[in-house]
Amino acid sequence: MQEELFTSGRNLPHIDPSLEIWHWPISLYLFLGGLSAGLLFFAALFYILGKDKEYPTAVKIASIVPPIALTLGLLALVYDLTHKLYTWQLYMTFRIESPMSWGAWVLLIVTPLSFIWTFSYYREVYPRLEQKLQVFKKFKFLNAVEKFAQKNRIYMAYALIPLTLVLGIYTGILLSAFNARPLWNNAILGPLFLVSGLSTGAAAIILLSKNKLEKHTFGKIDLVLIIVELALIVHMIMGYYAGSQVQLEAMELLVGGEFTLMFFGFVVLLGLIIPAIMELIELIGFKVPAMVPALLVLLGGLIFRFVMVEAGQLTRFLY
Amino acid sequence: MVIDTLKCVGCSDCVVACQTENDVPIGYCRDWITERVDGTYPNLELELKSERCNHCDNAPCVRCCPTGASHIVDGGIVLVTQDECIGCGACIESCPYDARYQHPDGYVDKCTFCHHRLEKGQLPACVSVCPTKCMYFGDLDNPNSEVSQLLKNRKYKTLAPEAGTDPHVFYLT
Repeated sequence: MQEELFTSGRNLPHIDPSLEIWHWPISLYLFLGGLSAGLLFFAALFYILGKDKEYPTAVKIASIVPPIALTLGLLALVYDLTHKLYTWQLYMTFRIESPMSWGAWVLLIVTPLSFIWTFSYYREVYPRLEQKLQVFKKFKFLNAVEKFAQKNRIYMAYALIPLTLVLGIYTGILLSAFNARPLWNNAILGPLFLVSGLSTGAAAIILLSKNKLEKHTFGKIDLVLIIVELALIVHMIMGYYAGSQVQLEAMELLVGGEFTLMFFGFVVLLGLIIPAIMELIELIGFKVPAMVPALLVLLGGLIFRFVMVEAGQLTRFLY
Repeated sequence: MVIDTLKCVGCSDCVVACQTENDVPIGYCRDWITERVDGTYPNLELELKSERCNHCDNAPCVRCCPTGASHIVDGGIVLVTQDECIGCGACIESCPYDARYQHPDGYVDKCTFCHHRLEKGQLPACVSVCPTKCMYFGDLDNPNSEVSQLLKNRKYKTLAPEAGTDPHVFYLT
């Protein structure tokens, strides 16, 4: 009988028997980052197209989400660092080979831009809140800031398009750049996370919108994005099948392993296929509460990040 | 570093020496022993060896580090600057050997090949204490060094060469 016995004297905390280095804050951040990228991308795109009147939610109303989501996401990121007091070291250098360095710098630009973008619509979208708070009367300089922001909206929009694409794609590349984790190490993860981020962004706009035309348009956009995302997932699985032994073992976690229900049940079926069918039915002309597919897409996107981060850390090269 | 798996008896002296020399916190280790039994009875083969950071030439940990805390010093040793490390864990995720860990103080820690001892002209602690003298340390760029000669004359392997990291710990088989 063929014997194979292996023992390792190593038992490092959080490393053995499997990696537990990145926890829920990372998954949550990847979701919030992708969502913000999607929302800001659509806001900038529809502003550039001159459609801010027809699509007020995409350009104005939903823009309240990214500043909050990015702030929460950044707090989650810092919370997961173990040497927190040295966080500033991220901004002492730019490392072109490190996806995390790219992300840190892009966030440093996108986060303030998202605040300025929302602020430029604050008085228009929340006139009653302003009447109550009267911040513009208390702080006179805000008038100048608002004027400046409104004047430069088009430049912000042009800057946001590439920046949000980098932000969305980097959330995937952050994982795919690690060749030591076979589940993450595939080139499709970047585009997949980007499309998923855009799709959750579109879903959030549907959720917040009260405008029929807008809901309908973003339903269509979301449907296309979901189909692309499904195609990319098929592509990803095919990539594992054609991959090396370590990738085949990694894929087993998703196909027939402990993450099968989470991945195919919650992410693919509930988070993509069912909302796609519902959006399709709506497009044909039947009445479907638009909230349901939108919520499913958002939830599916969140679970997708959790599955990828958790399952990826179970995969490794040696023992 | 060259390690002769035919001489190693798995005594863990290298592990203890490292923990003492480098003040490794309790419950952690920078090097460790692995044991593999292979074959069909009665033709079994036992391989014992001491593992650690491979100080890769194409180090993924150095590439993914967002602050430059992980770096390669002259001579090819991979080190972490504690005051630049933010503890993001990217290098830990990137290491195919899982040789890095988060120190209880927050920064990421690993084998340094006892860089502080090398500067004084001494050998790494693990090498200096090995009772079977199965470990060799030296300059691979010098074709006449002991390690270069060993690799020239003996069969050897590296760990997970398919990870493409160009590791610098060689195992004589």
